[in-house]
Amino acid sequence: MAGSPSGPRTLFDKLWDSHAIVTREDGQTLLWVDRHFVHEGSFHAFNKLTERDARVAHPELTFGIADHYVPTRRSGRSIDPAIQNMIDQLARNTLENDVLLFGLNDPRQGIVHVVGPEQGLTLPGLLIVCGDSHTSTHGAFGAWGFGIGASEVAHVLMTQTLWQRRPKRMRITVDGTLAPGIGAKDIALSIIARIGADGAQGHAVEYAGSAIRALSMEGRLTLCNLSIEAGARCGMVAPDETTIAYLRGRPFAPAGDEFERAAEDWLRLQSDEDAEFDREIILNGSEIAPVVTWGVSPEDALPITMAVPDPEVISDPSKAAQIRDALAYMDLRPGQKLTDVSIDRVFIGSCTNSRIEDLRAAAQVLFGRKAKVPGLVSPGSSLVKQQAESEGLDRIFKEAGLEWVESGCSMCVGMNGDIVQPGERCASTTNRNFKGRQGPGARTHLMSPAMVAAAAVTGSLADVRRLIEERS
Amino acid sequence: MQPFQCLTAPACPLPYANIDTDQMIPARFMKRSRAEGYGGYLLHDMRFSSSGREIADFPLNQTPYRNAQIIVARRNFGAGSSREAAVYALVDYGVRCVIAPSFGDIFASNSVNNGLLPAKVGERDGEALIGLLQETHAELTVDLEAQTISVKGISVPFVIDPVWRTKLLNGWDDIDITLSQADAIARFREEDSLIRPWVTPRIRDGAGQTTM
Repeated sequence: MAGSPSGPRTLFDKLWDSHAIVTREDGQTLLWVDRHFVHEGSFHAFNKLTERDARVAHPELTFGIADHYVPTRRSGRSIDPAIQNMIDQLARNTLENDVLLFGLNDPRQGIVHVVGPEQGLTLPGLLIVCGDSHTSTHGAFGAWGFGIGASEVAHVLMTQTLWQRRPKRMRITVDGTLAPGIGAKDIALSIIARIGADGAQGHAVEYAGSAIRALSMEGRLTLCNLSIEAGARCGMVAPDETTIAYLRGRPFAPAGDEFERAAEDWLRLQSDEDAEFDREIILNGSEIAPVVTWGVSPEDALPITMAVPDPEVISDPSKAAQIRDALAYMDLRPGQKLTDVSIDRVFIGSCTNSRIEDLRAAAQVLFGRKAKVPGLVSPGSSLVKQQAESEGLDRIFKEAGLEWVESGCSMCVGMNGDIVQPGERCASTTNRNFKGRQGPGARTHLMSPAMVAAAAVTGSLADVRRLIEERS
Repeated sequence: MQPFQCLTAPACPLPYANIDTDQMIPARFMKRSRAEGYGGYLLHDMRFSSSGREIADFPLNQTPYRNAQIIVARRNFGAGSSREAAVYALVDYGVRCVIAPSFGDIFASNSVNNGLLPAKVGERDGEALIGLLQETHAELTVDLEAQTISVKGISVPFVIDPVWRTKLLNGWDDIDITLSQADAIARFREEDSLIRPWVTPRIRDGAGQTTM
């Protein structure tokens, strides 16, 4: 049987096997969890613990991070009491359970999926869970990360384990060289447009191929982050020298000889040559153009050179209805060129695209230019913010007319009050263009940080390649 | 947890694909305590206008569907955010079963943990049920034992993971089952610490707990 311990195994199979405690006759396997991240939204799960008079079983493997509700404009401002309560609640729950918290005023605070890797809490071979669907991000290190609901969070808090059924395996191979101005976000959106927002449901995805190998850790994090937007259970990239170089010297990662020994183990975490996948998808990296979304699902994505689709020429009536509904919400006309869509605002941030490389890519486009619309730039962590400031990137954003704020989930999910106003159109580096995601009635177009910067200086959706050409 | 065996109840068609968990409960309501009940927030921005008025042509606002305990929707129901509050909103509203051609994996898992049945049907059967409910406002019978949905002499099959089926039929909670595995967990932990010594995070770096 493919995937059995004796035959050739995929990377995912190896991770599965190394975490399996017991497998029941019905196929459910009890898995050991190596890292558990909790945030302000985890209060339902802590309440379940209280109901059972239980405590966190393994506080040394559990880490708290304030990100979903934290204000991004902090100094000298009072915080909405309901939001303050969410932050205090997390502080209480972690303190009472002896769980380390990266709280609001911790210099390491930031978005959980940025802080985990940055601190070396995310390592290859680990099973990582969090009550947040974008936990797939951590797969960039050859870890197995996935989002769970509150009942499962409570289960992990109490037992450090989870019951799962083995998912199917999918490999997505991207070979070739990306053109200048094209990044991981464009790869990810191209994949989702091709296979659909449910295209990878029930599957563990492994990304492979030369275009993936060439990505930095930041790029791999963006790619794996968006796995959930294709419905995948998780997404991962096998560890290589890029991974090891990133991890060396991270505060919570092993150090010295222990690191070198660990690195040997990590580099062995590869799919065997003749391992079988249940499904294979192949893309040519050199054909990928800058991508933007036009609708209300990440699958509604097209190259920037294209036009808004016309539901009248779609033969499937439910698909046509879906497009009609999306265009009505987004206030777009069939056949309208994407570059003719004007925008009201931009946002650069979120667990998808807020790392130093993302900020550099956006700043490179914005340098010496002015934004025609207002916008917010929220770095992925307080340490990313510090790094960006030491490189002078904050000045580029500010001189372009954008607001440079503190770190948090911010305008990606709108929980902290950073929202897009009803009817406004936002070019955003985030992960979800769902109706109302960035605020009631908000219209979101997803794209890469460089493309958001291009939209900011153009005042409409724009092809960043033009702006790069102007420079040279 | 309340077991799910067989349910005959009013059903509401929601002829939309990709109803994500942000639609099911917008983020701004999630600061509230579950004790207040989340049913009023279910599909809030699809049910209510920005001024808070009911949107008349949204199916769940129409008299025959208002008391629905079953929802029939199009593909990829429950995609997106892992928020279990989406399931709380459905359950608190009174919904016990959602029928769709595909579900977000995390949503489906959360549903089962709250006694809500995610019944997966073929795309054509789903469309037939939606069409029928739009015409006749019938009650559906969802039989989990037999894995069928029947209405007016028609019966369509649905699919569910056999483990989830058992869990729902019995109303089981995972934690008690897991706690009975304490010995196996301890053994695993002991062996694993030799095989993967690098798993334990390096000693906390002295910065300690910052609470605010």
